Amino acid sequence: MARIVGIDLGTTNSLVAYMDQGTPRIISARGERAMVPSVVALTDNGLIVGDPAKEYLTRDPERTVYSVKRFMGKSLADVHDELAYFPYTLAEKGGVIRIKLGEKSYSPPQISAMILKELKIRAEAFLGESITKAVITVPAYFNDSQRQATKDAGMIAGLEVLRIINEPTAASLAYGLQEKTQGTIAVYDLGGGTFDISILKLKNGIFEVLATNGDTHLGGDDFDQLIADLFLGEIRTQYGLDLSAHPDHMQAVRLEAERAKIRLSEELKTAVNLDLPDGKGRFTRELTRDQLEQLCTALVERTLGPCRLALKDSELTPDNIDEVVLVGGATRMPLVRQRVHALFGKQPHCELNPDEVVALGAAVQADILSGGTTDMLLLDVTPLSLGIETMGGVMSSLIRRNTTIPASAKEMFTTYVDGQTGVDIHILQGERELAENNRSLARFRLKVPPLPAGVPRIEVTFLIDANGILNVMAKDMRTGETQSIEVKPSYGLSDQEVERMIEDSFKFAADDVSARKLIEARLDAGALITTTEKSLADGGHLIAAGEVEAIRTALSALTAAKDGNDSRAIRARMADLEQAAKGLTVAMLDDSLKQRLQGKKVSDVT
Amino acid sequence: MRLRRVFFSLNEQEHMNRRTTGTEDRRELQMARSMCWHCQSEMAGEYFCDRCVKVQPVSKDLDYFTCFGLPRRLAIDPQTLETKFYELSRAFHPDFYQNKSDAEQTISLDNSAMLNTAYRTLRDPIQRAEYLLDLEAGSVKEIRTTPPADLFEEILELQDTLDEFRASDRASDNASTLRTKLQADRATLEQRQQDMDAQLQQLFGRWDALQDRGEATEQARAERASILKSMRDLLSNRTYVKNIVNDLVATIA
Ligand SMILES: Nc1ncnc2c1ncn2[C@@H]1O[C@H](COP(=O)(O)OP(=O)(O)O)[C@@H](O)[C@H]1O
Ligand SMILES: [Mg+2]
Repeated sequence: MARIVGIDLGTTNSLVAYMDQGTPRIISARGERAMVPSVVALTDNGLIVGDPAKEYLTRDPERTVYSVKRFMGKSLADVHDELAYFPYTLAEKGGVIRIKLGEKSYSPPQISAMILKELKIRAEAFLGESITKAVITVPAYFNDSQRQATKDAGMIAGLEVLRIINEPTAASLAYGLQEKTQGTIAVYDLGGGTFDISILKLKNGIFEVLATNGDTHLGGDDFDQLIADLFLGEIRTQYGLDLSAHPDHMQAVRLEAERAKIRLSEELKTAVNLDLPDGKGRFTRELTRDQLEQLCTALVERTLGPCRLALKDSELTPDNIDEVVLVGGATRMPLVRQRVHALFGKQPHCELNPDEVVALGAAVQADILSGGTTDMLLLDVTPLSLGIETMGGVMSSLIRRNTTIPASAKEMFTTYVDGQTGVDIHILQGERELAENNRSLARFRLKVPPLPAGVPRIEVTFLIDANGILNVMAKDMRTGETQSIEVKPSYGLSDQEVERMIEDSFKFAADDVSARKLIEARLDAGALITTTEKSLADGGHLIAAGEVEAIRTALSALTAAKDGNDSRAIRARMADLEQAAKGLTVAMLDDSLKQRLQGKKVSDVT
Repeated sequence: MRLRRVFFSLNEQEHMNRRTTGTEDRRELQMARSMCWHCQSEMAGEYFCDRCVKVQPVSKDLDYFTCFGLPRRLAIDPQTLETKFYELSRAFHPDFYQNKSDAEQTISLDNSAMLNTAYRTLRDPIQRAEYLLDLEAGSVKEIRTTPPADLFEEILELQDTLDEFRASDRASDNASTLRTKLQADRATLEQRQQDMDAQLQQLFGRWDALQDRGEATEQARAERASILKSMRDLLSNRTYVKNIVNDLVATIA
């Protein structure tokens, strides 16, 4: 069977991992960082992803997309409150968010697909084979629309998504494999944009999820925002400056807030420096860990509610938890560790790299699915209740949250109005009483013969498969008339649209590759220029003046090409320079050899 | 036009029907199950064909106790149940059927879904008893709408107090008096729940002992019927009181 990779598609950072003879490993490309920042920028040379795109956050904030995961499977109304914080432009078309980048606009799955494609390319280069299948992780508390959006992103990137698995469960797989733990563990995952808590029982290779809970809109980003708001307020009062008119400065404030937060995980105080626009100089201040913790304490407290609910749902108390595992970059904050320690009454574990553990676990699950690992088995749950709308707009649950999947349920319903000729089956997901407060996943209609109210018997069957995909069947017990659908949650993108986006992604692929080539060529050219200039300074006196002149000419030709947009021209000028500098390199080698030989007898050298 | 959920307890007539068709179905299925769906050879193994090793569909009529290889008793050792659950999960889970035929994948999915429901039902003592009642007496969960006879007065009074509390100004002295009273009521009801649980435990024990003796006398049959009836009454009272307590807790919280 073809290799399946495991992918952690994070709000802030994404990673890809594979299974290497029973051990999951993170894939990193040629000396680059393994983590790919989940940032996509539109430059004059096309779309770029990851670390190079991150540089555009302040250079071109309106055309640089970050934290796109927050918008997956959402409508504009869902995220209305936070729109003001994002410098890029969001619009809505057909109930789906679109992000405007230059002339075009992209749906969140399309942006995510660009990140996935970057990971796919890296994995292909590293493993030397084509990669078409993946397991992708999502926050456990993602609803079906958000999961579907993630699957669509995979498809657009040319990946068959064999399984969507929950991030904390993935982490537990990596953790359990490493530590060979038995017992009950709590996985606390606080990333950039989402928070998850899962409670699992580990026993003889079985990973049984007992309960899961979380908040899909709570993470390190929110801490950054609070700190940034503090700075922005002070800049307003001290300098009379409203930075919201300067997207680049807004972005710089956010990034400096994040850096200060990260420094304060190690230090007790740190200096904050920000350049101001309009010749107003610099904003400087000291931020202490105490101040940071005061700002963030309410947000950290907010994670404890879901923890308590998960304990309650699994019918456990903190005493029953044997170990607490921390996942996600934001769990490096001392305040988070303290609060988690206090809640569970034990020191949390953080031996595994909290950035990598989710991708590693995804690789383990990928290996299970390809038949490689047979001694481990994950029994996951459905995070939210599923049901249908009944009389008075009330939701009737058929499958309760935290039910082990695969799961099925059957229930009998009837009509409310005399002579009713059809019933609407409106499928819902969520924990609220009223249908309108829950997520609508799909609806369909079953015909029934007109009869007095309460006479028809309609049997509704739910079946959730191991992927968490719901199938619903409704059957009129009298006529045998049956209707069934596979619920593809409607977050707005239709199948046709996803198809079209897949086609488009092939069209853009050419642009993407050339953008990538250009960036790499520029980086390589920069490195060559620096080393040649250094050699010239150190060894220019060893060669003829004409030769020095030739090198200088080649250097300025390369510098000019580097500022252009043609990667092939850059490569050609690099070759010219290397050719021109050949004599210099040889002369310098000779010279260093001579220096080492000086003062030594001939017999010593031979 | 929307649906209204109906909780219907089958009347005696339907109940009879269901039972007779039930046994017929079972016989047919037994026949179907005695042959492997794939190689048509005689089935001796439990869930896998001895000859072609293919997974076999678990019969829809197989009760949860039999599925776990347990006798129909109300006392179950949680460890035994869990061990069997993990063992069957390893046998059926779709993760291990990714590279198999569509037919096997469907069987794996249906078997796993059934197994998970069976485990959830048997793991919880109350759900287990309700399920056993359903098997033994064909009763579908009855939803009580009036208070149990021996609590009638108390509960009517409690409802009045709750109404009064809901209408009151929470900061007033009256509200705090009412709250104290409600807290006392809550303690009484919780005590009552504990008593019911103890009574249930006793009934469970009697049921298991009777089953162990396996007598077929007239007297044994009568005792059996009486235990089932008491169990059913207690279970529905218990649910009623539980709902009242939940409501109370939510109101004064
Ligand atoms: N040392 C640190 N102290 C505090 N926060 C940190 C630290 N390192 C990373 N973070 C925060 O962790 C978040 C990213 O975590 P990560 O697990 O990579 O997120 P995601 O899974 O959402 O991609 C960011 O908000 C980042 O600021
Ligand atoms: Mg993460």
